Amino acid sequence: MRRSKESKKIDIIKTALRLFSKRGFYTTTIPEIAKAMSMSAGNFYNYFSSKEKLAEEIIRYISEYLATKIRTINESPHLSTKEKIREIVHIYFQIAIEEPEMLDFFLRIYLSNREIYKERCQGITCIMAFVTELMIFFDDGVQKGDLRNQNFFSAFGLFMGYLGGMVFLNGEAILPEPLESYEESITENIYRALKNDDQA
Amino acid sequence: MMTKPKVIWLQGASCNGNSHAFFNYPYLKTLLQAFDFLYHPLLPSPLPLASIVNDYSITCDILIFEGSVDAKFNRAGLSSDTLLQRFDGRAKTIIAAGTCASFGGIFSENDQNTSGILYRHEQPLNKPLISQSDVINLPGCPVHPHNLATILLALKANQPIPLDTMHRPKEIYAHTVHQGCSRSEYFEWKVDAKSFGHKEGCLFYEQGCRAPMTHGNCNLVLWNEVNSKPRAGIPCFGCTDPKFPNFSFFHTPKNMSIPAEIPLDVSKRAYLTISGIAKTFSIPRLKKRLLDD
Repeated sequence: MRRSKESKKIDIIKTALRLFSKRGFYTTTIPEIAKAMSMSAGNFYNYFSSKEKLAEEIIRYISEYLATKIRTINESPHLSTKEKIREIVHIYFQIAIEEPEMLDFFLRIYLSNREIYKERCQGITCIMAFVTELMIFFDDGVQKGDLRNQNFFSAFGLFMGYLGGMVFLNGEAILPEPLESYEESITENIYRALKNDDQA
Repeated sequence: MMTKPKVIWLQGASCNGNSHAFFNYPYLKTLLQAFDFLYHPLLPSPLPLASIVNDYSITCDILIFEGSVDAKFNRAGLSSDTLLQRFDGRAKTIIAAGTCASFGGIFSENDQNTSGILYRHEQPLNKPLISQSDVINLPGCPVHPHNLATILLALKANQPIPLDTMHRPKEIYAHTVHQGCSRSEYFEWKVDAKSFGHKEGCLFYEQGCRAPMTHGNCNLVLWNEVNSKPRAGIPCFGCTDPKFPNFSFFHTPKNMSIPAEIPLDVSKRAYLTISGIAKTFSIPRLKKRLLDD
């Protein structure tokens, strides 16, 4: 029973993500989400107590989703640090192409509408799972002598800011080439920016 | 009346630190009255060292050995390993007093042949120096005199002394030094100490405090009965650790702002998640000086 409620919540999250992406967060109403789920608005509240609660659960869901994929990369001992960068770039762009509403929500709603999250997701609380995996990646890279030891957020900003920027440009149809065609050059750029120059 | 256990205190390569700490034990006089001290290198003793080591008819209940075992280091004409081995079986129990006697300590840093009684750092010796007597490791630089007294009195009373896999009494070393730290609230909320010697802030994140990675009871059994290093605003140096002193003092090694070492047996992923969230919350009470001028 509990599992079924959880899977229903995920269905609602996916539906809401689609609607938010199409119509915007503020203009999409709970009755519209409920209707798209073929459920009553009253029943919707059995799953999420408010639209803000839904927004919180969505960002946690996206964070966990990304974290799970990066964790798989982190736990692949045969991959070099550079190969791990390539894989992270690849899965990020793959999500942007195949499930654009997910990164759309992250970039356009979570990062741009902090007032929604001020009370519920102070700082990086709701995206900690995702940030943690990046920490594990950087820590491992420094331990192996591949990456330069520096401030975490300087490195994090360079990596994820870059990827987020490219996905944003892609979403705005500004990029002349398909997003995936930039993977190799972006991997090279990130690696060169972060690598340990003292390495033999 | 219970007979007094006979005690002999010997030294290998040592700075005398464990002896001096022991002499500062507040109840030393009472403690010494409970034992028959046959020899201590720094105290007037009834017999000279040469007689003690060469007369095999002299036995003892407890041998306290201070300092690392170094074949190049002689006492009474004997190298310290030979000196120690003279008491294998002659002493019922051998206490390794301090980190040097337990694990080799500072003298073993650059000398492969210098060790503790049973261990060189974390590795058991290929050829144990002692095989017939019981060995109890009491690491510390120095060993806390209260802990040494506790074990002496437990041996006198024939009380069981459960040991961990490295021959350390669990009663003392099952804890980490972090337990009982007066700064634990700052650790929980990831608030750094801004300087040494202040009352506020945790010394783990910047100042190299090793308390969460170190087995010991310094914050439960206080030094001089009043304080511990972390309580006083100085990081724990991990002085009971088998690898001591091969650490970065006064500085926390980090990889991209992430502590290279995290609390014992905690998964790095779990630690980073929890500490990252804790760091997010800015708690004004913990940011302020405790005693405003």
